[in-house]
Amino acid sequence: MAAKKITTPLTDEVVKDLRAGDAVEITGVIYQARDSAHKRLVALIAAGEDLPFDLAGAVIYYMGPSPAKPGNVIGSAGPTTSGRMDAYAPLLMQHGLKGMVGKGLRTAEVKQAMRDETAVYFAATGGAGALLAKRIVGNEVIAYPELGAEAIARLEVVDFPAIVVMDCHGGDLYEEGRARYAREA
Amino acid sequence: MSQPRELDVAAVTAAVKELCITANYDLPVDVYDALRSAAETEESPVGREVLAQLVENADIAAADRVPICQDTGFAVIFAEVGQDVHLTGGDFEEAVHEGVRQGYGDGYLRKSVAEEPGHARRNTKDNTPAIIHTTIVPGDQVCLTMMAKGGGAENMSSLNMLKPAQGWAGMVDAVVETVSRAGSNPCPPVIIGVGIGGTIEKVTLLAKKALLRDVGSTHPDPRIAAMEDELLEKINALGIGPQGLGGRTTALDVFIEEMPCHIASMPMAVNVQCHAQRHKTVTL
Repeated sequence: MAAKKITTPLTDEVVKDLRAGDAVEITGVIYQARDSAHKRLVALIAAGEDLPFDLAGAVIYYMGPSPAKPGNVIGSAGPTTSGRMDAYAPLLMQHGLKGMVGKGLRTAEVKQAMRDETAVYFAATGGAGALLAKRIVGNEVIAYPELGAEAIARLEVVDFPAIVVMDCHGGDLYEEGRARYAREA
Repeated sequence: MSQPRELDVAAVTAAVKELCITANYDLPVDVYDALRSAAETEESPVGREVLAQLVENADIAAADRVPICQDTGFAVIFAEVGQDVHLTGGDFEEAVHEGVRQGYGDGYLRKSVAEEPGHARRNTKDNTPAIIHTTIVPGDQVCLTMMAKGGGAENMSSLNMLKPAQGWAGMVDAVVETVSRAGSNPCPPVIIGVGIGGTIEKVTLLAKKALLRDVGSTHPDPRIAAMEDELLEKINALGIGPQGLGGRTTALDVFIEEMPCHIASMPMAVNVQCHAQRHKTVTL
């Protein structure tokens, strides 16, 4: 499976070209944010305040790393379950978010927002945190250090491997893949 | 009558610390072998790719001494304390918590415990408290098992207070439905622990203890072994596959633990475990 090489920030043109099932390798800056960080981002938007990073074309990685050992850029760094961010994701897409990296199912509202706002959802391999950390070459906490693993960090990634699971055209690999391999027991 | 064996709880702290670190760095060989084998037999190309990544990930974690997964879990400790042991030098449970504190600190493991979960949700910053399940057993040894239980898979678990009339068919439906609904969320391929019987709190503990069995092992009771085989076949017919991207390997194994229950009841719990099935045991 030849991976499509993509760079961040993402443009509508790149997002439209991605289809559920495509393997990608992401290079550039992505932002680490999970539960508590999302709650704060949405509160900032509601209050009309500036965000800690520019959402235009941004990719958010739903991830909370383990602490980095001395000399390492980051600790283990695999995706967390995306569904917990579903309540926040549509608003972030309306404000420019173009890509989400995580694992697991999304709600119909999130999928609709991906169609409306031209955004894409990638799955990284859950539980492969030691392997994925090797593709992260830069790591700087830019907001909420008091949240520990839930802080927002600016991550530089090189050839970060992921699979398009939900595209902006309504494609859903979780549904399609499961249907392809389901059988009568 | 013989004198009880004295054991300083400092030894418990040291052992728990070491268990926390090594359980998080070294995938048990039974799980590793099951992933490697599935990477060869899985029909889905993307599924094979995922499984190959998981094997490589386990190799990296073991070689670099880093956690297999960034979610290094809630520390669940099963302590079997021999009744001829006299624990000295302090509070046993505090000694276990201290071992977790040191292991998660010195091992660069993630602190994933939030206190006051109903309101403040503040991180306790040292991954304590541990969940401690102590049983008193014959003998003069202390056997400690540490399980690092990640949140994503735990969230997909279920408790089912079935009616006795629903029988085995009702239990099969409940287990398969739990795994089906979980889909890609719990990081398949999963391992499924099923508790049957007891009471509401006991059945969930049975399901969790079932997860301590080796992947690929056969239950000594042939009737239960057959029930496990049936569940595994039905789960793997769902098509969910590695990481939910489609495939035959949705579960690596299913383990059942059973005990008597009230004549009016049929409790059944399903504890979902991700492929990073991290546990380790030591005897003091």
